[in-house]
Amino acid sequence: MTQAEAKNVNVWYDSFQALKDISMTFEPNTVTALIGPSGCGKSTFLRLFNRMNDLIPLFRVEGLVTVNGQNVYSKDIRLDEMRKKVGMVFQKPNPFPKSIFENVAYGLRVNGISNRKEIEETVERSLKQAALWDEVKDSLKKSAMELSGGQQQRLCIARALAVQPKLILMDEPASALDPISTNRIEELIFELKKDYTIIIVTHNLQQAGRISDATAFFYLGELVEFNLTKKIFLNPDNERTQNYITGRFG
Amino acid sequence: MNTKQLKQRIAFSIFGTMSFIVVAILVIILGFIVIRGMSAISWEFLTEMPKDGMTKGGIFPAIVGTGCLVLGSMVFAFPIGVLSGIYINEYLTESWLKKFLRMMTNNLAGVPSIVFGLFGMALFVNYLSFGDSIIAGSMTLGLLALPVVIRLTEEALKTVDDNLRLGSYALGATKIQTIQKVVIPIAFPNIMTGLILSIGRVSGETAPILFTVAAYFLPRLPHSLSDQVMALPYHLYVLATSGTNMEESRPMAYGTALVLVSIVLIINVSASLLRRRIQKKVKMN
Amino acid sequence: MGKGRRIFEKVVTGVLFSSSTITSLTVILIVVFLFKEGISLFNSTPTEKNYVIAVSKVNTVPVITSNQLADIFNQDITNWKQLGGRNDSIIRLTVNDLASIFTEEELGPNLEFLPVKVNEYVKATPGVILYLSKSQLPSNFEGRVIPVKKITVKDFIGGKHWYPTTEPIPQFGIWPMIVGTLMVTLGAILFALPFGMATAIIMSEVADIRLRNILKPVVELLAGIPSVVYGFFGLVVLVPLIQQLFKLDVGETVLAGSIVLGIMALPTIVTVAEDSLRTTPRALKEASLALGASQWQTLVRVVIPYSKSGISTAIILGIGRAIGETMAVLMVTGNSSNIPTSFLQPTRTIPATIAAELGETPYGGLHFSALFALAIILFMFTIIINLTVEVIKNRNRRF
Repeated sequence: MTQAEAKNVNVWYDSFQALKDISMTFEPNTVTALIGPSGCGKSTFLRLFNRMNDLIPLFRVEGLVTVNGQNVYSKDIRLDEMRKKVGMVFQKPNPFPKSIFENVAYGLRVNGISNRKEIEETVERSLKQAALWDEVKDSLKKSAMELSGGQQQRLCIARALAVQPKLILMDEPASALDPISTNRIEELIFELKKDYTIIIVTHNLQQAGRISDATAFFYLGELVEFNLTKKIFLNPDNERTQNYITGRFG
Repeated sequence: MNTKQLKQRIAFSIFGTMSFIVVAILVIILGFIVIRGMSAISWEFLTEMPKDGMTKGGIFPAIVGTGCLVLGSMVFAFPIGVLSGIYINEYLTESWLKKFLRMMTNNLAGVPSIVFGLFGMALFVNYLSFGDSIIAGSMTLGLLALPVVIRLTEEALKTVDDNLRLGSYALGATKIQTIQKVVIPIAFPNIMTGLILSIGRVSGETAPILFTVAAYFLPRLPHSLSDQVMALPYHLYVLATSGTNMEESRPMAYGTALVLVSIVLIINVSASLLRRRIQKKVKMN
Repeated sequence: MGKGRRIFEKVVTGVLFSSSTITSLTVILIVVFLFKEGISLFNSTPTEKNYVIAVSKVNTVPVITSNQLADIFNQDITNWKQLGGRNDSIIRLTVNDLASIFTEEELGPNLEFLPVKVNEYVKATPGVILYLSKSQLPSNFEGRVIPVKKITVKDFIGGKHWYPTTEPIPQFGIWPMIVGTLMVTLGAILFALPFGMATAIIMSEVADIRLRNILKPVVELLAGIPSVVYGFFGLVVLVPLIQQLFKLDVGETVLAGSIVLGIMALPTIVTVAEDSLRTTPRALKEASLALGASQWQTLVRVVIPYSKSGISTAIILGIGRAIGETMAVLMVTGNSSNIPTSFLQPTRTIPATIAAELGETPYGGLHFSALFALAIILFMFTIIINLTVEVIKNRNRRF
């Protein structure tokens, strides 16, 4: 079964067309990398899957976007329920100015879970999954703002995992981090693949090559090429992809 | 619908209703004054002296008086305000001096208008022996407007892109040349908006002029800067609370209120129109 | 760069710098002048300059305060025993009273016998208290001039009576006005805070561009209406309404003042609160929404906690706006100098008192000083408010 799908998607901001007739499918337990130069629409595309673009004034979408076979933009969808099933990790670590524990518990609390034991268990499990538990287990009450950048980003991943999404969207999750932290995030993504489907936007081609199963190359709002990562990096069909991969532009 | 969405809907409907009430308050106040005031307004009302214990005639001297005070206060506050805005924004880096000057400006902005009135009376009327006069009233109002002018000037200067300054320096221009030729021309429309807004603020103030210039009843135009004048806001206060015949002067009061509100609102609206036009222009560039 | 050019730049810089000092200078001058005029209240006795209070030589009360004097003349104190003196009932007397006790013949055609008669009377009446001008005091006075205690800051602030023009003993107690000011301000904030916050939230979190384009000018216009117009509206609409609604004798009440001030404080609260709600990083809001939180949950759990320092600033600035407002309150609160015990009673605030009384006060007198001293109190309120805002701003907003 397909985890997520986009079919003939067009997006406009006011009169500017940001995405042109994009169709893609995402299989369960895979990592798909979205690459392309800045402004090519890859972030806009990523944010279709949890309707984060709704916040932008004059945003307009056409076409079909589904997650778990459900039309994300259908009128009778419950936005919060849908977003719960899609986790998101942002470019810069953005923990809430609350304690470590409360950050992870946030998604549970806003979704009406108040059983303390359940919350504690989920927080621990999520932090373990995000490979942060050992570092913070004695200081769960400390402010999340006191963690290092890399730790904060793993906390944000744990926060996303706590509500048990099926699909995780990552918007350049390592771009604000140092190489060692980046490395840990990449290892983590590799681990998470076992249980989740991941779509990741990245500027870092090596990163895309290391962690993804499939890669999509976006250029000026168009999906130029979408294929297995190996194929894209070693023998792309399209010349523009070739040029981008080899660093001739972008 | 689950409880989460229900809660949100209830909360936002309550808040929406409350902001609707805020809009309604404005509409009621303005509507009331416009409807009651309209019948009092006539050419005579705007151009004649008050007569018969201020129950008949017009409010011409009060209009002229307010004009004099606005002009006088701006002649004083505008140059000083703009110059100090330039100094604070262009010359000072984040130092204690900048913090201190900002703090003092904020402090001055927070001083209640009646305290300005008292201060103006003590300094200009008594200590410098200007007496109750246009000059004393204008200076007092000018000091009150000063923080507004400074803050708006600073904001206007902040909108100027730093790269333009750097570009000018790179061409060998001095700081003053850069400010004069690059910064001020770009910030100018915004600075003018600031000027208009402070005129709006000044023209409606009553407390600062109570003891420095305002005349209860003076049916002639001022001859010099050391004359007293009538002023619209004070005239409204007089008509509303202490006229010789309050019942009969009510229509005059409504008319005065309408004139005063119109002046202030026209000023505010033109400032925001000007600002919107500037923003559009900036966007187009 | 030529020498002339350099001098020119120096001069311009100097002019710019001097301009920027004007605000600081003004603040300092305000302090100086308020204190210069106001402080003399605390160096003087509450009696008029050339008048004295005299009692009998047998009277043992050493000094007397202005409050005691006022109580004596109001007949709240009737026996010297109550002031720790002898058991004599008090007989109050002014020079005018003497004229009615003695005949014109006894006093002489030009009052030349007055001193003699004063002496006679004081000697014969152990309980007497006499208020007369220094010139009328006999040179060989056989009574005792009793010193009147100077007005203290405590009397001024804690005093419950404000009778600044009462003869012979004016009273300068501003407690009723402090209570009145605080009550009106409290009421104003109770009104303005919920409405202001609701509007700020709608504007920053809920409204689309069209609705925002309605609300923002509305708030700006509310801010632009002169206070005397608010006062006028309050006087002709709100006051009669309150009078009818609560069946009161007068509609000029704390409540009327609170509502008018509340409306006037609204724009401050809305603008500052909206600005601070908007500073919440979009990333935080998105993170919350992405976890399935509703907009309302995001607002309550993320946006408001994040902007709480800005919201407190909004409240404090709103209080500042309300506390210093003069004309509107003057017109709708009824100017009673009693201490209000409910929102349906008339009151008077500090700024309203200054505005109402300064015009009719002779320059340099005690009443004049007292009004400046009132302004000092008001000024201190606003300085405290400004400093609090400064402190909040500088405090680290992070958790």
